[in-house]
Amino acid sequence: MNASALFGSLKGSPDGGSGGDGTLLPDPRMGSPMPWVIAIVIALTVIAAASGLALRNAATRADADLVGGVTVQIVSAAPADRNHQADAALAVLAHAPGVIEARRVAQSELEALLEPWLGTRLGDTVDDLPIPALIDLRLDGPATPARVAGLRAQIASVAPAARVDAQSGWLAPVFRAISTLQWLAGGLIALLAMATIAAVVLSARNALVTHRQTIEIVHMLGGTDAQIARVFQRTAAMDSALGGLLGLITGTIAIVVLGRQFSALGSGMVAGAALGLTDWLAIVMIPLAGVALAVLTARLTVLSALRRML
Amino acid sequence: MSEPDAEIVQFDNVGLRYGTEKEVLTDISFTLYPGRFYFLTGASGAGKTSLLKLLYLAQRPSRGLIRMFGTDAITLSRERLPGFRRRLGVVFQDFRLVQHLSAFDNVALPLRVAGVSEREILKPVTEMIDWVGLSDRSHARPATLSGGEQQRVAIARAVIARPDMLVADEPTGNVDPDMAMKLLQLFESLNRLGTTVVVATHDVHLIRKVPESLIMRLDKGRLSDPTGALRYPPRRTSSDIDRPPLGFVLP
Repeated sequence: MNASALFGSLKGSPDGGSGGDGTLLPDPRMGSPMPWVIAIVIALTVIAAASGLALRNAATRADADLVGGVTVQIVSAAPADRNHQADAALAVLAHAPGVIEARRVAQSELEALLEPWLGTRLGDTVDDLPIPALIDLRLDGPATPARVAGLRAQIASVAPAARVDAQSGWLAPVFRAISTLQWLAGGLIALLAMATIAAVVLSARNALVTHRQTIEIVHMLGGTDAQIARVFQRTAAMDSALGGLLGLITGTIAIVVLGRQFSALGSGMVAGAALGLTDWLAIVMIPLAGVALAVLTARLTVLSALRRML
Repeated sequence: MSEPDAEIVQFDNVGLRYGTEKEVLTDISFTLYPGRFYFLTGASGAGKTSLLKLLYLAQRPSRGLIRMFGTDAITLSRERLPGFRRRLGVVFQDFRLVQHLSAFDNVALPLRVAGVSEREILKPVTEMIDWVGLSDRSHARPATLSGGEQQRVAIARAVIARPDMLVADEPTGNVDPDMAMKLLQLFESLNRLGTTVVVATHDVHLIRKVPESLIMRLDKGRLSDPTGALRYPPRRTSSDIDRPPLGFVLP
């Protein structure tokens, strides 16, 4: 074989190709704890996200139930007068514009509502209690303060002891608390995302230091920053995918267990918090978002560090 | 390939200092032409390795002008550096082999970096490994190779992609005289194909083996060019390049 034959016509592309990145660097494991850290972060994110979604569902369901609801209380100590005013008010309200349903709450329902506080052995004494007569109204739209005021005005003459309140108003503090908890869940997710970024940055920097000499050699041979970064991105993707899967499984188990315990409470509001298909799809997307975040972070960290090398 | 006698490297009053130390290279001016064979000599500490670092773009000078392949190498953007480095083959004094890769993969590395497919890599790398006498060691990691074997792997890696310019820092320092001659023949063969070769060495015998070579001598960071051959080299025609290898046949 002569020299020409040895060298042949082989010539690398001077402008560079993508290169076989897989063999440029040893697998730059960003540290064996990386998948575990990602798993913990993803599990916590899954639980926080599921909590936020459940709270949103509960608030939406409760709001839908209550948005057009109005309660009329006839507060009178005299049972006869109370009944008289209640009947008169019901007669007016049943034909009031915008009212799609008007119903007087039965005495048995009132007693059932009071049962948790007063017990079942009330006997005749319940008649002696000045329990307000209740009228439950359903409006054809939201019970705005203006509409409530209008209803109040319509029955003022026939039922002066009436108190008219939008039902959503009773739960306003609960809605505010739910909203706060939702923000808290969002904040937790943001913090966990930052924790993921910090973990990936630290691991990538550590791996860069470990493999600095090899990176310099690859640079000297014409390797591009992008080629080197791709190796780190691939490792970040694998670590975060493994961690994400573990985290998703752990988080899902926690959600299911918590869900069962809450559903055992039998509360209507809790029942409305059940996660739907789209909620579960959003939860499944969390590990994928984690992988994307880890890969992007690894890329930016490595490229930033490489720019400081010649 | 560059046109004959169109300079491939041009240094003009180049100085280099590390930090606030005094200059290790001072007022270096020379021109390298394609297809020529240069020896860089000088005592230890004269600045040979520093000069080579400037040549293979591992270091930027403190002052002066450097043009490579017709482009200002000092203001070269980071994005264009890899393309220039792929036109260079470098034999480092300390070999700088990638420790996790086998001898074969180390030699194949410049091709992989350049995006050559695995199918095209196998044959030339196998032949090159065979040529440097490491066929039976091609799967060995550098840590298990002797100094001489590592040096041969480093040289094979430097020449495998047929660079426009080969820069070698003491490339025969760890091999026996027979292998040194064989490696020199490899450099000459590459040189005949048009590659500019720059070899830093103390070995006078090695220099004498290449009578057509031009000598660059460094003395305390300054380049001497007593014959003017570096600034005004004898003209070389295009027929000198790619000429038949004068009966030189590799085994």
